[in-house]
Amino acid sequence: MLGLLALVLFGLLPAGGRETTFGLSTSSDFVHLGPVTVPSKASAVVLSVLALLAAAYAGWCVSRARRVGRWVTIVFAVLWVLAFLTWAVAGKSTSLVSLLAGSLFLAVPLAFGALGGLIGERAGVVNIAIEGQLLTGAFGAAVFASIVSNAYLGLVAAPVAGLVIGALLALFTVKYHVNQIIVGVVLNVFAVGLTSFLYSSVLKENAATLNSPPRLPTLPIPVLGDIPVIGPVLFRQTLLVYLLYVAIVVGAIALFRTRWGLRVRAVGEYPAAADTVGIDVNRTRWGNVLLGSMVAGLGGAFFTVGSVGAFSQEMTAGKGYIALAAMILGRWSPWGALGAALLFGFSDKLQQVLGVLGTAIPNQFMLMLPYVVTIFAVAGLVGRVRGPAADGVPYVKE
Amino acid sequence: MLAFVLALVIGALLIVFTTESVTSTLSYFFSKPGDFFSAAWSAVSDAYVAMFRGAVINDRGWDFRTVFTPLTETMTVATPLIIAALGVAVAFRAGLFNIGAQGQVILGATFAGYIGFTWHLPVVVHVLVALVGGLLGGAIWASIAGVLRARTGAHEVIVTIMLNYVALYLLAYLLTTRFFTQSGSNQPKSPAVGPNANLPLLLGDHFRLNAGFLVAILAAVFVWWLMTRSTWGFRFRAVGSNPNASRNAGIGVATTFIAVMAVSGALAGLAGAVQVLGTEKSLTGGIAGSLGFDAITVALLGRSKPLGIFFAGLLYAALDVGGRSMEAATGTPIDLVLVIQSLVVLFIAAPPLVRAIFRLPAPRPDAKGARA
Repeated sequence: MLGLLALVLFGLLPAGGRETTFGLSTSSDFVHLGPVTVPSKASAVVLSVLALLAAAYAGWCVSRARRVGRWVTIVFAVLWVLAFLTWAVAGKSTSLVSLLAGSLFLAVPLAFGALGGLIGERAGVVNIAIEGQLLTGAFGAAVFASIVSNAYLGLVAAPVAGLVIGALLALFTVKYHVNQIIVGVVLNVFAVGLTSFLYSSVLKENAATLNSPPRLPTLPIPVLGDIPVIGPVLFRQTLLVYLLYVAIVVGAIALFRTRWGLRVRAVGEYPAAADTVGIDVNRTRWGNVLLGSMVAGLGGAFFTVGSVGAFSQEMTAGKGYIALAAMILGRWSPWGALGAALLFGFSDKLQQVLGVLGTAIPNQFMLMLPYVVTIFAVAGLVGRVRGPAADGVPYVKE
Repeated sequence: MLAFVLALVIGALLIVFTTESVTSTLSYFFSKPGDFFSAAWSAVSDAYVAMFRGAVINDRGWDFRTVFTPLTETMTVATPLIIAALGVAVAFRAGLFNIGAQGQVILGATFAGYIGFTWHLPVVVHVLVALVGGLLGGAIWASIAGVLRARTGAHEVIVTIMLNYVALYLLAYLLTTRFFTQSGSNQPKSPAVGPNANLPLLLGDHFRLNAGFLVAILAAVFVWWLMTRSTWGFRFRAVGSNPNASRNAGIGVATTFIAVMAVSGALAGLAGAVQVLGTEKSLTGGIAGSLGFDAITVALLGRSKPLGIFFAGLLYAALDVGGRSMEAATGTPIDLVLVIQSLVVLFIAAPPLVRAIFRLPAPRPDAKGARA
């Protein structure tokens, strides 16, 4: 794992070095807040040298067979990204605040999806159907919010819609012991088919009454929202984002600090033992799959009432699968899931920003970025992660 | 069979409650229930009859060509599906979930297409070389996931899903370069593959059915041979049923993972090659459609057995082709087909549920249907 870590670091490095020397000569780069202008070439070089030092330190640790602290990786990543940004934005201006706020915004469905997924997997049910839950959640939120013309009630409908897929998942996996990955994949197809069918047969003709939901307004939090940089990024968001903060905190405490969480994890790790001490394994699994699907469904509300408003076919576009990757990358923990979701949100936003700015890199490669990051993250940074032991194994009482 | 009927019934319910002529009769359901049932019946039967006409045999036609076009169309659509599904099935049997057939299809199509329109080789040889190119493209792409799984333990489900997107954008990028457009044109489309690289049509110019169908049959036979008659197939299955036992028995699990993914990807790549050399003739960004994802469903439907996949592919293609003509004839959206397809797989995967619905007695434990 350590060797690989260094490998990835060094693998990325030459790219970092070359790009910065390429860095355009005299141009400068604005960063909001005051606006800070730095000479792009010099700062890019400095940043990448610092990144190089961090990587060298990591390499040194590896050669001495010492553990590389996680902070080294983080420092390296931050420096590298900054160096890259300075190079890419050279000559133009970009707002760091909107970049970060946008990252958080795009991370919302991923974080909800990942949280929903890990709630199920901690109890031992693999949830590939996050995609389907996001999609039905988006659908439910759009339709219900349109009918009652209230975006907040859309947030109530979304978990219920996600619940439909969750209930099917639980029925087939927990009750009938069908392979969980198969059911998940098929339920995704089912969700796409069902929502697209209802969309083209019902929503399209009655778009005004059924598919024009109001959007969630931005709710700035009075004092916190005025802090420079952090304020606009964290506290001038919609209710859905605040709900995410709550969900992550509650999820983390509930899973690791309560009796319920202990039981759930026991069921996910060693159901036979849990059964022996009187925990109803399959009931716990039912409960968790349903709860998880509601959380994921709530995340689906992001796509409609949380951002663009109207529902359109297959609008989740694979975000559920990225949420799944975020869950694994975050090692099945709520905070980890949030962190991974932010990483994906950031690379997604970065791609958008750079796409608008126009850089030397072809657009298609920028679009690949989130997915390549995921592959690197899953293969390199995480290495062999271990999920709940009984994940994906149906429990049959003997 | 019951699973299929059940899925059709649920599909019918969906049609009933979304068709306006039917829902309008609901308002006076209690005074004249007959209206509702006749309207519902006609809506459903119209849709399903249109589907059958579009997919199997058009009984309204008079000449040979009109009557059999739907059937050959179904076979044409089924061809790449069957091949790609065979690839997915090989991975399933070895305990790996290759969700990345989509990306492998794209890479296969890219390789085959490139060979098809840039190289100039004699008849027969050109087609074969292009097909092999497709095999290679898919195998290379899938091997990335196999190697990562074997070396770092990165979960193949995640990696293959991500590779799908990377492949999609890679092809989109390639189609903007001069190597692939071959001219100054800005159309993201390659020139047509050379005449020697085309898969020959089987039934003359009026039908799209091509030699790809024979390739699909060969592929099915090959997979049957590989999985049941060869040493490698035995290893694949051993690792699939118990990796720890296999390791103890001296099978290199890591190498097997890579080999499985390579074979699986090669088949998916072949599907892409057949698609570009037989049906589409030139390379476009949407060459793969949703082939790779449909292949997963087909593999599940066919229970990962070559013969099962062959018929599952035909059924799936029939629903697809029929769905298109249903949409044209009655305005029922084709997405209904997706619902029916996924329901069929779900019901097939859970025999106890179907038994519960039809109140059939549970089979004796030794009976064949008891695997749940």
